[in-house]
Amino acid sequence: MADGLVQARGLTKRFGRVEAVRGIDLDVGRGEVFGFLGPNGAGKSSAMRMIACVSPRSAGDLQVLGMDPDRDGPAIRSRIGVVPQLDNLDLELSVRQNLHLYGRYFGLSRSAVRAKAVELLEFARLTERAEDEVEPLSGGMKRRLTIARALVNDPELLLLDEPTTGLDPQARHLVWERLYRLKREGVTQIITTHYMDEAEQLCDRLVVMDGGVIVAEGAPHELIGRYSTREVLELRFEPEHRPSGDVLSGVLAGRVERVEELPDRLLVYTADGEAAQAAVTAAGHRPLAALVRRSSLEDVFLRLTGRTLVD
Amino acid sequence: MTGPVGTVPHPPRAWRLLPSGGYAGRAHLLLERSATASRRSWLVFLSGFFEPVFYLLAMGQGLGSLVGELPGPDGAPIGYAAFIAPGLLAASAMNGAVFDSTFNVFFKLKYAKLYDAMLATPLGAVDVALGEIGWALVRGGLYAVGFLLVMAGFGLLGTPWALLALPAALLVALAFAAVGMAATSFMRSWQDFDLVTLVTVPMFLFSTTFYPLSVYPGWLQVVVECLPLYHAVELMRGLTTGAVSLALLGHVAYFLVMAVLGGAVAARRLEALLLR
Repeated sequence: MADGLVQARGLTKRFGRVEAVRGIDLDVGRGEVFGFLGPNGAGKSSAMRMIACVSPRSAGDLQVLGMDPDRDGPAIRSRIGVVPQLDNLDLELSVRQNLHLYGRYFGLSRSAVRAKAVELLEFARLTERAEDEVEPLSGGMKRRLTIARALVNDPELLLLDEPTTGLDPQARHLVWERLYRLKREGVTQIITTHYMDEAEQLCDRLVVMDGGVIVAEGAPHELIGRYSTREVLELRFEPEHRPSGDVLSGVLAGRVERVEELPDRLLVYTADGEAAQAAVTAAGHRPLAALVRRSSLEDVFLRLTGRTLVD
Repeated sequence: MTGPVGTVPHPPRAWRLLPSGGYAGRAHLLLERSATASRRSWLVFLSGFFEPVFYLLAMGQGLGSLVGELPGPDGAPIGYAAFIAPGLLAASAMNGAVFDSTFNVFFKLKYAKLYDAMLATPLGAVDVALGEIGWALVRGGLYAVGFLLVMAGFGLLGTPWALLALPAALLVALAFAAVGMAATSFMRSWQDFDLVTLVTVPMFLFSTTFYPLSVYPGWLQVVVECLPLYHAVELMRGLTTGAVSLALLGHVAYFLVMAVLGGAVAARRLEALLLR
């Protein structure tokens, strides 16, 4: 890929005897929003840290912006922005000073960072709080400041490690809106998340990681089309009246692709959820609750790994 | 291009005393950051200045009226205040540098994750180490200037050599900051900081700060002569009393070695801790 911003072949990270990333291949193109989806411990953050040039790879090949992180780490880092999993803002500085000093670390002049800070405070909707300390800010505000800080050097590539974990719904939507705005401005983004709705909202293309390897790759709708059905019927029963998955499969023979048994509910994968629900009721089963919904990446993950993402 | 897939090329060992690619030449930006942050915590600065002044008043003036005179570095008798003041100067250079490079650095390293944020920029581990050691040095230097002014006010600086006590205090602060930062990189929890107190307090009390080496038995003299603060005290006392000899260069060499070793260990350890 000639225009690839990030290219990895057999990328591996070992910590002692633990292999966190086990030989993954990646190609991220310019302008793309690329996602790593997977549960905690899948190796997403380790992969991100290698791309951010703050974690030397154990084996494999990695090119970021056409350069080798081992040799050209500082040159690469000067052209990327990093939003780490946990906010590491400078608590001894004010909101505005956080942006000033961070810009200075990139070698920007004082006048340049002053102008940039005004623009970024506006972007992060923090102009009112500019002179405040960082500590009393809400989680959403801190996150927005961390994202704004990562933009201080006008990065070509933005790395976001779980950008909205721990935020309330309003705060998440505001972050998504800002990230979407950056996408339209042509900023390439790599995002890790364990929220499928986030991945579906933001990512053009993603890889599903589990146990340090990539188990699937594609656009969100492609993955859903490839690994799941159009609709899903979710059924909850009283524990004593709950039919087994096999019984339901029998009842619905021919109408469903498969039935997944979770601790609290049964998932029926089918092209027509309404018809499947009618068939279940007709066979004499009385679910406490029934819900027909579209397939999501969660279902893809469940299919690929046999587990839900929040495990 | 890089080496074959599956291997990561490393520079030759000889070049690995300092971390590779870990220096962007921007250590001064950490000073800028610390100066900006310290505007909020100027009170800590003041307390660091007054501590040795209080010691000088309590011991030098109070206890000094009972002690009278002691033999100076060249054997000539000097007043007790003139004897302990250079010791207090050396100790304040040590304490300021050690406090900054241990407690403050540990907090930024483990809790604030400040250095992680910095290493996501072009800054490298060497920038961080140099910048933080440099700040401890600036702080130690300010304390030294303040205390030297107090000494001058008490008439305890009777020689032009005393001007060299300032660069000497900076060198002492540099060496202690470098070693303090190297030690901090090995600390696991706040409990480990009791060790810092365990090292600095006895050193403060017994490194000829308050009385001459000759009061110790022979074997203990050798032990005291190995301590870094002893060399700092003797260096300062030689300069502020004007008893200057080539032996002072020996003390200078001690601190140069300490600063270089401490700085190299600190930079390498920081890289190992932060770039996992």
